[in-house]
Amino acid sequence: MFAEFLQFLFSGITVGAIYALVGLGFTIIYNASHIINFAQGEFVMLGAMSAVFFVSVGMPMPVAMLLAIIITIFIGLALVKLAIEPARNASIVTLIIITIGASIFLRGAAQVLWGRNFHSLAPISGNDPIMIGGAAVLPQSLWILGSAMLIVMALRYFFDRTLIGKAIVASAHNPLAARLAGINARFVLLLSFGLSAMLGAVAGFLIAPISLAYPSVGIMLGLKGFCAAVLGGLGNPMGAVLGGLIVGISEAMTAGYISSAYKDAVAFIIILGVLFFRPSGLFGIRGTERV
Amino acid sequence: MLLGIKELDCHYGRIQALHGIDMAVDEGELVALVGANGAGKTTLLRTISGIEPASGGSITLDGHDITHYSSDKRVRLGIIQVPEGRQMFAPMTVEDNLMIGGYTRSGDERSETLEQVFAMFPVLKERRHNAAGTLSGGQQQMLAISRALMARPRLLLLDEPSMGLSPLLVDEVFATIQKLRDAGTTIFLVEQNAYMALAIADRGYVMEAGAIVLADSGERLIVNDRVKEAYLGL
Ligand SMILES: Nc1ncnc2c1ncn2[C@@H]1O[C@H](COP(=O)(O)OP(=O)(O)OP(=O)(O)O)[C@@H](O)[C@H]1O
Ligand SMILES: [Mg+2]
Repeated sequence: MFAEFLQFLFSGITVGAIYALVGLGFTIIYNASHIINFAQGEFVMLGAMSAVFFVSVGMPMPVAMLLAIIITIFIGLALVKLAIEPARNASIVTLIIITIGASIFLRGAAQVLWGRNFHSLAPISGNDPIMIGGAAVLPQSLWILGSAMLIVMALRYFFDRTLIGKAIVASAHNPLAARLAGINARFVLLLSFGLSAMLGAVAGFLIAPISLAYPSVGIMLGLKGFCAAVLGGLGNPMGAVLGGLIVGISEAMTAGYISSAYKDAVAFIIILGVLFFRPSGLFGIRGTERV
Repeated sequence: MLLGIKELDCHYGRIQALHGIDMAVDEGELVALVGANGAGKTTLLRTISGIEPASGGSITLDGHDITHYSSDKRVRLGIIQVPEGRQMFAPMTVEDNLMIGGYTRSGDERSETLEQVFAMFPVLKERRHNAAGTLSGGQQQMLAISRALMARPRLLLLDEPSMGLSPLLVDEVFATIQKLRDAGTTIFLVEQNAYMALAIADRGYVMEAGAIVLADSGERLIVNDRVKEAYLGL
C-alpha cells in the first residue's frame, strides 16, 4: 500500500519538477512584460528534439545538451527580435496571439525538419531503478529533481542578489520607474525570453527519456506548466514551483488510484478551480501589478 | 546651456499635448515650471526623459541633439527624473530601490553615492531593509529623490515632489531641493505649489494648455499679475 503510494508520489514529483521549470519560464516572461508566452512548450520540445538530433549525429550527451540549450535560447531571442519587438506598441493580447502563432510555426518547422516520429533519448545514467521504501525510482528522476533544485536556487540567487536580476524584478513592479532608472526595457525582454528558453530546453531534454521526444510534445507540457504558473499566482516564481509539484502529484495520484485516462484532465480541473475560487492563485500576492 | 528645448511638440495619438515649447536650463540653475492641472507639465518631463517621443522640435544636452535618444541613454547622460507620484518599487527594500537607482553607474560609484544619500537621509539608512511600500509618504518622497541621486544627475527633473504631503513635509521637501541646488545640482522643478516653487527658483516658466505663456525670473513671476491671479490665488 505505502510502497504504491510512494511510487505514485515519486513519479508525481518528477513530472511536477518539469512542470515547475516550464511554469517558471511562463512566470519570468510574464513578470518582465505581462506577455503569456504560449511558445513556452515549444522551447521544451526544441530542447528535447535538438538533444535527440545531436546525440543521433554522434555527439556526447553533455555536448548535445549544451547545444540544445544554445539553439533554444537562440530561437527564443529570435522570437523577440522578429515577432515581438516589431509589434511592441501592440496590445498585450496581440503579443500573446503572436506567441501562439510562433508556437504553431515552431511545431510545424520541427515536423518538417525531424518528421512526426517519436524519438527516444538515452537516460543520463541508465535505466536501473533505485529502490526507495519499496518504490522503484529511475535515476533520471533523480537527475530531474537535482537539476530542478539547482536551477531554482540559481534563479533565486540571480533575482535576489544580482543587480541585473533585481532590475528585471523592478521592471515587473514598476516599468516606468525602471525605465527612468536607465533600465533598457528591450534588454529585459530579451533576457527574460533567453532565460525562459533555457529553462524550457533543460526541461525538454531531461523529460525526453521518460516522455519521448516528438514535435508536439510541448503542447501538453506547456499547458501543464501554464497551469502550474496560474496555480502559483501568475508572476510568483516560488508559486510556480509549488504549483508544478501540486499539478504533477495530483496527476500521478489520479492516474494511479483512479485511471490514467483522467490524468490530463486533472490539470485543467485545477486551473478551472483556481480561476473560479482564487483568481490570484494559491500563493498569489498583489504587488506585481503594472502601473 | 545644459538643457535646450526648441519648438518641441508632443502628441498622444491625435491629441497634441505640447505646442512648440521653447525653454532652457543652464548649469547650476534651479528652474521652475508651473501650470494648472492638465497643462502638460508631466508630458514635458516625459518627453525630456524619452518616455514620450517628441513629434517635432528638438532637445539638446550640452548642445548635442538628444531628441531621438532612448530613455536609458539619457539616464546615462545624467538626465534623471523623479516622477509624479513617487513610483516606488514598493515590495523591494529601500536599499534595493536605491541600488536600482544607480543601475547605470559602476559598483564603486553606487556604494559611494549610497553613503552620501544615507548621510543626507539617516532615516533611509535605518529602514534600508524594509520594503519601500511600508515607508510614510514623506519618507517615500525622500527615497524617490535619493533613488534619482544614485544615478548622479547632471540635470534633476522633479515632478510635483510636494504632492500629497502635509505642510510640514512640504517645507522639508523644499528645504531638500534648496540644499541640492546649493550643492551644485541643476534642477528643473515642476510644481502646482507655484508660490513656493517660484520663491526658490532662479527662473520660472508658466505653462497653459501645452504652451509656455510666460518666462521670467522667479521673483518677477511671483509679482506678475497674471500669475498671481491664476496660480497664487491672490
Ligand atoms: N497617456 C496619455 N494619453 C492621452 N492623453 C494624455 C496622456 N497623459 C496625459 N494626457 C493629456 O495630456 C494633457 C497634459 O497632461 P499632463 O499630465 O502632462 O499634465 P500636467 O500638467 O502634468 O497635469 P497635473 O498637474 O495634473 O499633473 C492632459 O490634457 C492630459 O489629459
Ligand atoms: Mg503632472
